[in-house]
Amino acid sequence: MKKTLKITVALVAVLAGLTSCNNSENSKGRSGALASNVAEKVYVAPGEHDSHYAFLSGGYSGNLTVYGLPSGRMFKEIPVFSQFPTNGYGYSEETKPMLETSFGFIPWDDSHHPDISQTNGKLDGRWIFINGNNTPRIARISLTTFETEEIIEVPNSAGNHSSSFITENTEYVVAGTRFSVPVPQRDMPIKDYKGNFKGALTFISVDPEHGHMDIKFQILMPGFNYDLSHPGRGKSHGWFFFTTYNTEEASSLLEVNASQNDKDFIAAINWKKIEEYVNNGGGKMMPADYAHNLHDEATHTATSTMKKEVRVVDPAEIPGAIYLLPTPKSPHGCDVDPSGEYIVGNGKLSANLTVHSFTKMLDAIEKKKFDGDAYGIPILRFEDVLAGSVEQPGLGPLHTEFDGKGNAYTTFFISSEVVKWKLGTWEVLDRKPTYYSVGHLTIPGGNSREPFGKYMFAMNKITKDRYLPTGPEMEHSAQLYDISGDKMELLLDFPTHGEPHYAAAIPAEIIKNNSKKIYRLAENKHPRKATVDAETKVVRDGKNVHVYMTTIRSHFSPDNIEGVKVGDKVYFHVTNLEQDFDVPHGFAMIGANNAELLISPGQTRTLTWEPKKVGVWPFYCTDFCSALHQEMQGYVRVSPADSNIELSWSLGD
Amino acid sequence: MKTASIIMILGSLLLLGLFKFPLWNIMLGAPQYPDPLGMNIYIDGIKGVEEFDLQNIDGINHYIGMKTIPKPEEMWEFSVFPKVILGMSILGVAIGVLGFFGKVSYKFFLGWFLLMSVLGLLGMYDFNNWLISYGSDLDPNAIIKVTNPDGSPMSYKPPLFGFQKLLNFDVTSLPHTGGYLMFAGMTLTLVAFWLGRRASVKVTKQ
Repeated sequence: MKKTLKITVALVAVLAGLTSCNNSENSKGRSGALASNVAEKVYVAPGEHDSHYAFLSGGYSGNLTVYGLPSGRMFKEIPVFSQFPTNGYGYSEETKPMLETSFGFIPWDDSHHPDISQTNGKLDGRWIFINGNNTPRIARISLTTFETEEIIEVPNSAGNHSSSFITENTEYVVAGTRFSVPVPQRDMPIKDYKGNFKGALTFISVDPEHGHMDIKFQILMPGFNYDLSHPGRGKSHGWFFFTTYNTEEASSLLEVNASQNDKDFIAAINWKKIEEYVNNGGGKMMPADYAHNLHDEATHTATSTMKKEVRVVDPAEIPGAIYLLPTPKSPHGCDVDPSGEYIVGNGKLSANLTVHSFTKMLDAIEKKKFDGDAYGIPILRFEDVLAGSVEQPGLGPLHTEFDGKGNAYTTFFISSEVVKWKLGTWEVLDRKPTYYSVGHLTIPGGNSREPFGKYMFAMNKITKDRYLPTGPEMEHSAQLYDISGDKMELLLDFPTHGEPHYAAAIPAEIIKNNSKKIYRLAENKHPRKATVDAETKVVRDGKNVHVYMTTIRSHFSPDNIEGVKVGDKVYFHVTNLEQDFDVPHGFAMIGANNAELLISPGQTRTLTWEPKKVGVWPFYCTDFCSALHQEMQGYVRVSPADSNIELSWSLGD
Repeated sequence: MKTASIIMILGSLLLLGLFKFPLWNIMLGAPQYPDPLGMNIYIDGIKGVEEFDLQNIDGINHYIGMKTIPKPEEMWEFSVFPKVILGMSILGVAIGVLGFFGKVSYKFFLGWFLLMSVLGLLGMYDFNNWLISYGSDLDPNAIIKVTNPDGSPMSYKPPLFGFQKLLNFDVTSLPHTGGYLMFAGMTLTLVAFWLGRRASVKVTKQ
């Protein structure tokens, strides 16, 4: 018996040894021992909080999603560029102006690259910016209310892709055009693209107190495609770097015709120099139509203003402000390391990863070692600015982030992996597969002077078999890795909403205590609010009927309305009187051709309803607000258009 | 006797803390309120621990037909209590000063303590009466009516002291800073009495 026990113990020990061997060899392993080890690293116990927020762009959802790390749990979808029936964003009268553009009301966009505001190169967690790619716009989202506060349209731009990246004191949020277009727009043959189209790089100033955005200037660059960008930081603060492709200036079959040049460029822009030029009256104002939409937290109402001109700068006017750095093969991501010295050009068709040196660039500029020019913009020599290359790291490099410990992490779309390499020595340290075909990756603070190098997540374009199948269309997938050790360790798969391109992440403690719980009713300045029962009323103004309504657990006031007629336009101005955390009320009206309202405590929102049929029609609260939620309802009597029933309203008679 | 008198003065002055700090505190936690709602009871009125707590307590209580939490002008106590406390504090200081100069004996210290205790007990009795009325004088048209097993309506009276479960709420009722200062002050007046007595006995023995 004793002997058997001994053997058993020995066997268990051997097995344990094998398992732990597996641990180091196979990070994808699904063995029980390993799974529990990794599970502990992502397990956030019920009621506990994640250590980091992650803000993932929604891609073609047009929105921004909020996740927790390391759990991968989704907390919220913030509507930005798209109508959102869930809470009435873009449907309510107060929020419709947010989606106004020079093309009219645009209910959708393609959101790409969120970036969190910074002070002295460090994440300050006040706002997050994101670009709308399709109808060029930049949005600013408050990180106290987690709501979109401002959207500015970008004129002269098309395919707003090398956006929305901010300078290290949030002086500017920068928006570059992916598609060059005629500037100003005009009727001309497409084949005359070359030499005639322009690529606008837009510098939008950010008011340091309120965050309000205003286009300071646009640089009208040659007609290349400006793909991605990042600010200089530290020593290179004052510069901005943009990757370009299609320096061939092709307008058709770009997959072939824009892949011919051995090298495209990274455009280095000395924005401080251009800012100074502009401050001294440089550049010229040109006519342009673009919307500036601002949501006021006090009135709970957005306004849209159409701007009529924009300041443009021709690079030829200001020599010495812009240089071109040759970079192999249609570079995609343009990433600057935390010190500001290295500029990584992720040449997506190149076998090697090219890293430029800021110091060498300045030196080459000083010595005027130019290799010709493009439309008057000096081209530096590749060898003079090259810091080094990572040799054969993988296939299809797209984006690079940094851990603040001297390491860089690059995604490879084609070989579907993340590769860790060392800045300065350019040696590959580790590689881990992604599932599948990774686009961007994010390290919290990875685009700042001080990254928080504990977690990294990769956002993939192809999901295939990672989750239970859900038909031909699936959500995309992200993978979370622990990067605190020498080797990356895969921790978690989590599905993501829409198509996250880039994401920004931040330690939770920087923002969580600033998160608002309610809007104060006493500070509500909505012109049609009702803050007490006595202020509720129904007012007719011709065919328009304004209902000043309140909600509180668990009734509407008023909840019986008569005197509305077919052909009227009824505006329900609903104020939520609650001043209690997480007690919104909903408002839904039968036959309304828009959406519902979800009204936060202390907020006023307006839903428009055009009754088309005679009858008595109910409305109700859509948010299960309380034990008597099912009782939270009311009726509107709709009479024929020619009836002479006077307006009346009541509660509890 | 001089030390005793100074302690008597200090003890009486501690009552004034009630003008700044709450006498009592009642906290109401529930599954829906992981951060509990709370009311601080001052001698001149009831305030929420957080800005909107009273409004939210009233909002919840309307379901079971409880009256709203009284405003200062709705209860005579909130105008009388401050006067009584101020009066007792002045009286205590006066006794202390007179004791210091040997005009009154230490026995006055005890007299003050006994008077304060009687007033305090009356105050507690009154407070408890209010809690009973607040918790059981319910609107007959209340949305939710809960009865005890014997069929009588359930009382929502918060405990005068300590913890009690009321439906989904965990209610805790304890003295707050002002109350503790008052108890400390009263204890000091007892100490003053004891010191005064000891000094007096010594003098007698000599």
